[in-house]
Amino acid sequence: MNDREPLFSSKNMKLLTNPLNIDNPITVQVLGVCSALAITVKLEPSVVMAISVVVVLAVSNVVISALRKMIPPRIRIIVQLTVIATMVILVDQVLKAFAYDVSKQLSVFVGLIITNCIIMGRLEAFAMGNRPWPAFLDGIGNSAGYGLILVIVGLLRELLGSGEIWGYPILEKLGVYNIGYENNGLMILPPMALIIIGVIIWVQRSRTKELIEES
Amino acid sequence: MKSFRRFIDKIKPHFSKGGKFEMLHSTFEAFESFLFVSNQVTTKGAHIRDALDMKRAMSVVVAATVPALLFGMWNTGYQHNLSVGLEVTLWENFVFGFLKVFPIIVVSYVVGLGIEFAVAQIRGHEVNEGFLVSGILIPLIIPVDVPLWMVALATAFAVIIGKEVFGGTGMNILNPALTARAFLFFAYPSWMSGDTVWIEGLTKGQGVIDGFSGATPLANAAAGMFEKIPSVWEMFLGTIPGSIGETSVIAILIGAVILVATGMGSWKIMFSMIAGGLVMGLLFNAFAVNPYMEISAWHHLIMGGFAFGAVFMATDPVTAAQTERGKWIYGFLTGFLAILIRVINPAYPEGVMLAILLMNVFAPLIDHYVIEANIKKRVKRIKS
Repeated sequence: MNDREPLFSSKNMKLLTNPLNIDNPITVQVLGVCSALAITVKLEPSVVMAISVVVVLAVSNVVISALRKMIPPRIRIIVQLTVIATMVILVDQVLKAFAYDVSKQLSVFVGLIITNCIIMGRLEAFAMGNRPWPAFLDGIGNSAGYGLILVIVGLLRELLGSGEIWGYPILEKLGVYNIGYENNGLMILPPMALIIIGVIIWVQRSRTKELIEES
Repeated sequence: MKSFRRFIDKIKPHFSKGGKFEMLHSTFEAFESFLFVSNQVTTKGAHIRDALDMKRAMSVVVAATVPALLFGMWNTGYQHNLSVGLEVTLWENFVFGFLKVFPIIVVSYVVGLGIEFAVAQIRGHEVNEGFLVSGILIPLIIPVDVPLWMVALATAFAVIIGKEVFGGTGMNILNPALTARAFLFFAYPSWMSGDTVWIEGLTKGQGVIDGFSGATPLANAAAGMFEKIPSVWEMFLGTIPGSIGETSVIAILIGAVILVATGMGSWKIMFSMIAGGLVMGLLFNAFAVNPYMEISAWHHLIMGGFAFGAVFMATDPVTAAQTERGKWIYGFLTGFLAILIRVINPAYPEGVMLAILLMNVFAPLIDHYVIEANIKKRVKRIKS
């Protein structure tokens, strides 16, 4: 990588935008699906989870990228884990201090960010071989791609499963219950999150030519 | 008829390649072969030909469901009038039930076939007759009081997620009709269980005579009210609350005879499923640690949807095991699990639906091991 490359060269911007669509961590790389199923019942925890992952991944990526020449290859995984764990504990403490309710809703899944495959995957695949700035962009891009799917799924599940958006009873205000509409209980169950993600993958693959596999 | 044929032939070029309505080709094709027998046959190679195409096969299954459907219509009216304490004739009961059940059938068919046609159109496939059976099975396995929009939603879900994403008729892993029911069961549990949904009018709180309960035998059993379980004869005849087509064992048996006689449904699956249910029931009888386990094993066969599931659902040729030995295993485990879920799991009064869906998922695995075992056996024979 050239030293004089501008900060927002098209190559660097690709690092940021590709994970949003054609290299999305959830729908294309199929990583981090576990947490996407578990915490997307409502929009608010989805957004908080997305922000947490953005912070953890961006900072860990930068740290690992800065240290990459000093880390002995044989113990790199444990070094990566230490960095991630530090970040996750920080995020967890911040959430407990400033957003206690959401932190309770997310329960164990904040801690489980440590094991989120996306983070390990990006550290191992990108940060270990690139300079801090591209690693930072890559971290932001991938976690934003993850967060994007989380927010879509969380929005759909909350709207159809509980009739609310961010806790606001929108369907009740619109009066659709009076004409016989009912909340869909299946939306609250994790299997439906998997089906929604499947449908997102379906829509994305049929719209994006690069992703259509040769059969 | 001749002139009609001429009309079809006349408009045919418009729908063929290069015609005005080329994009509607598969819709036209479907209607043509629905009205007239398709004249497209395989031309090359040696074939054993039979008049049995998918349309014929589907029609036979639909015919087999007719006794259960007609009885279900009558029973809908009978149960309703029982709940409000009216004495009416058989015919009036039937007409009442017909008016309630027919809209559900229409919704199921319109939504399901609409999606089938749309998908065939988009993909450039020919329209498949696969939905003809699912479309009649869906109304038969739901309570009569389910709102029509829920039926439409469940049908759409079953056809799209349960079938089309896997590649359409013949490629689905799960039985589409049961997928629709499972969707309703988990999405709108208050409409799929309880003691009001099974009888028309009870959910709206219409005048009910004293002492009348709309609970199904299974709900009574799960609640521990064994004295309220109807007599064997009532359950066998089907004059009990329940999903529209599942109550009458006699009507289902007539359907079973049609299916087995025409070779559409596998008697091995039906037989082994009943055997599996009996074995599980007898096991429970042997242990009998709670009153539910003391219900005699064969009682389980005429309660709830067991008979319907065994005859119409488990035998679905697409989702059941394909190998002959696999069918025995598949059927046995389905019956076994159905009674297990029914008695042990308090959240699900009926286990037949879940047992069949679960075994649908396992059917390919069963087939795989049956085939592997056969290969091993034959390899051994060659070597020795």
